[in-house]
Amino acid sequence: MTAQEIVERVLAAGAHLHGCVVLFRETSEAVLRWANSTMTTNGHTTSGRLTVIALVAADGGIAAGVVSSSAAVADVGQLEDLLGAAAAAARDAGPARDAMPLPERSGGDDSAWDEAATETSIGVFAPLADGLAEVLAGPRRQYGFASHELTTVWLGTSAGVRRRWVQPTGSVELNVKTPDLTCSTWTGASTADFGDIDVVALAAAAARRLEWGQRRIALPVGRYETLLPPPAVSDLMLELVGSMDGRAAQEGRSALAGPDGPRTGERLTALPLTLACDPAAPGLEYEPFLTATRSDEGISVFDNGAPTRRVEWVSDGTVRELAYSRAEAAEFGTAFTPTGDNLLLTGGSAASIADMVASTERGLLVTCLWYIREVDPATLLLTGLTRDGVYLVESGEVVGEVDHNFRFNYSALDVLRRASEVGATERTLPREWKDWFTRVAMPPVRVPEFTMSSVSLGR
Amino acid sequence: MSSDRIDPKFSALPLAAMADAALTRAREFGAEHADLRVERIGSQSIDLRDGAVTGVTDDTTVGLAVRVVVDGVWGFASHVELTPVRAAATAERAVTVARTLAPVAIERVARVDEPVHPGAVWVSTCMVDPFTVPTRDKVELLTEWSQRLLSTDGVDHVRAGVEQVRENKFYADLAGTSTLQERVRIAPSFTATAVDRATGGFETMKSLAPPVGRGWEYLTGDGWDWDGELARVPELLAEKTRAPTVAAGVYDLVIDPTNLWLTLHESVGHATEYDRAIGYEAAYAGTSFATPDLLGSLRYGSEHMHVTGDRTVRHGLATIGFDDDGVATTEWDLVRDGVLVGYQVDRTFAPRLGLDRSNGCAFADSPHHVPIQRMANVSLRPDPVRDTSTEELIAGIDRGIYVVGDKSWSIDMQRYNFQFTGQRFFRIRNGALAGQLRDVAYQATTTDFWGSLDAVGGASTWQLHGTMNCGKAQPAQVAAASHGCPSARFRGVTVLNTLQEGR
Repeated sequence: MTAQEIVERVLAAGAHLHGCVVLFRETSEAVLRWANSTMTTNGHTTSGRLTVIALVAADGGIAAGVVSSSAAVADVGQLEDLLGAAAAAARDAGPARDAMPLPERSGGDDSAWDEAATETSIGVFAPLADGLAEVLAGPRRQYGFASHELTTVWLGTSAGVRRRWVQPTGSVELNVKTPDLTCSTWTGASTADFGDIDVVALAAAAARRLEWGQRRIALPVGRYETLLPPPAVSDLMLELVGSMDGRAAQEGRSALAGPDGPRTGERLTALPLTLACDPAAPGLEYEPFLTATRSDEGISVFDNGAPTRRVEWVSDGTVRELAYSRAEAAEFGTAFTPTGDNLLLTGGSAASIADMVASTERGLLVTCLWYIREVDPATLLLTGLTRDGVYLVESGEVVGEVDHNFRFNYSALDVLRRASEVGATERTLPREWKDWFTRVAMPPVRVPEFTMSSVSLGR
Repeated sequence: MSSDRIDPKFSALPLAAMADAALTRAREFGAEHADLRVERIGSQSIDLRDGAVTGVTDDTTVGLAVRVVVDGVWGFASHVELTPVRAAATAERAVTVARTLAPVAIERVARVDEPVHPGAVWVSTCMVDPFTVPTRDKVELLTEWSQRLLSTDGVDHVRAGVEQVRENKFYADLAGTSTLQERVRIAPSFTATAVDRATGGFETMKSLAPPVGRGWEYLTGDGWDWDGELARVPELLAEKTRAPTVAAGVYDLVIDPTNLWLTLHESVGHATEYDRAIGYEAAYAGTSFATPDLLGSLRYGSEHMHVTGDRTVRHGLATIGFDDDGVATTEWDLVRDGVLVGYQVDRTFAPRLGLDRSNGCAFADSPHHVPIQRMANVSLRPDPVRDTSTEELIAGIDRGIYVVGDKSWSIDMQRYNFQFTGQRFFRIRNGALAGQLRDVAYQATTTDFWGSLDAVGGASTWQLHGTMNCGKAQPAQVAAASHGCPSARFRGVTVLNTLQEGR
């Protein structure tokens, strides 16, 4: 049964219900993994998942039940079973507080609706393969991972929405160590199709950092002027945007809550910075329509099919928008604000990280951050570690590698509040969040007093 | 054990026919080893906010996987269709993968032997299968919990929920082992929030109940005192909101098993995974300071530290009869008398350590993923001689903190430096508790921390806690593991004030 047939048959079988949403997602993924300079695993998998959301009238309201299955669809009876289970779950759940009429079909190009799933293949790595072979044969110890995923989603709803979208997600990470394992560094990139990945250049950038490691410097803990490169900034900004739920701020249980309500309108920085998600950002596009398989704060299954849009969480240095589902927007008298699948921080200068090193009297240059966790949700204080290289900059030059990593404690809000310089935005890859989030464009950021709380002997 | 306790929808699948088809085809195509895994993983999550359901979600993952070794090279393939024809075709694909990869595979697979276990059946301890309980009844119970909390002074918001998983697994290999298994795990939770609009602050307190390998009986009082905890949390939360902030410094700590399990998971559980120790996870989850050259000599902690790995403890989340290598599970030492003495391994890693048998740590989180080395239940032994109580441990401290419940956690990629917070921190003065403290985090280096362990509580303080979602590998896989701990006392640990850290 084709994806389109599955969607139509479930919707037809659910015609007697108050409403119905059907999402079919087919994912094709190719991966390469290597360690100790040899390939360890690779593969190509295809998987599908059908999600049926039944909306039923129950106890004076509308209830929602969600059932998903990865099983191959062999017959209509199977679909009817899923729909029946979703409707039963809805009745048992009782009326939903986020119940809203499903979004009507509106605009959008559905001309591709009838097309089959788009598949990747192991061949997508062809542009990478020669370079990687050269890198693996080199003198350094290589560890890393490359993955390419194409997910085709079909969304059909009883309100007439029929949308299809193909989402490419790709990334490559190189973790490079000296043969004695005393120095370690990392480079990474995100990509839609691997056509723009130069693995030899990535490896060369890593090798340059390992050269810096030839001089080792012990440094005490303390507050250091710190240059955060785009991968580190992206992880910190993802933590920030993840805490920008409107409901939590309205209810006084978030760092974005003030004594008189949400902190929207509060200026964080005099720098003209904008933190946004944008489904139309060139090269970083995501679904122009919303898909949701669960309701929670800021998201609702009743919003399936609603158009996504550019959202400016921070604009001109000021907190501007918080996430609200349509029902929450109605409840709090504000605009529907969907979260997005990319994140862009813009508004800095034209300076590259190299330019910022050149203008540093004394400070630390970080490679990336790791194991970032929220310590205090009231201040958005985060902890985590520097990973794969911290370098000391003196008089505009990197003079060596710090002989250890640091544990930091720092608020994600303070990264914007206290930034003294923000450079040029570039496409990058978050080290920590990479499994869930790859579409980011971030600038390097200079923070005057970044709290390096303790020494980590880990390398 | 009889197979009639296995979910009939799973045991009625043509398992033997699929095994025969896949294994026969693999052998015909030249595989020296082949195994078939058929899995069905059902899960349901129910979530409530402020007493109203935000979502009821049911999910099913099914599939079959064939893994082969051909001329010393692994091959793997999986499919969602559960038929003998598809099983044979998948075996053929796995062989093709192995032959394709042969030129780039530098190492040849060598696996340790395992006795053959024909027709074995294993079922986890579960009295009431949660998937047989009407969803409406579950919603009613969670609603009632939420309302109890919301009706108290000082609780402004409540989240409650339960996640339930039933995992059916059939395994058969060319050596003749075939196992049919079922395990059920359940994770109920609630969190109460108090908001102070005047100061713009808020505090939360969550249930200390661990996720466990039990059925629905867990929510009706078998293994946890829900009524008692629901009654206590509002008071404890109110006390926490009024508590003074901690003075940063060095303190003696008594750490409750509700908190210590996570420190053990991160600083010992992951550090004794053999694949990490030899660099397989270097680019992602990280490596380990506890490298194989230190086996038998690394002083991990004080002489009171005895840590075991097991897949056998009752109600354990990593407990199972046989792993995804067809290995019968067991219990073994990881740290004995404070010294590193063991690792968690699978059949491929065991021979590299000179072991004549695997300790059963091969697992995949789905039929569509390759088994990798995953964490067993890693537990700290209580005092074997004296049943020291938590109060007695506290009585031995002049100035310290008693740490209860897990919250924030972070540890580096070699498992040296960690920082943890908790649900509740009680000041200890002159051997007795003296009210709660706020803004506490403890920070240490693994070997210093375990070296400062000067006493462990007795068997009556020992509790099994754990996690449903431990992440590892690329592509990412999740796993559940339990960790048993007694209360334990640590001398001279660095405590931070998290407000000061943020300034």
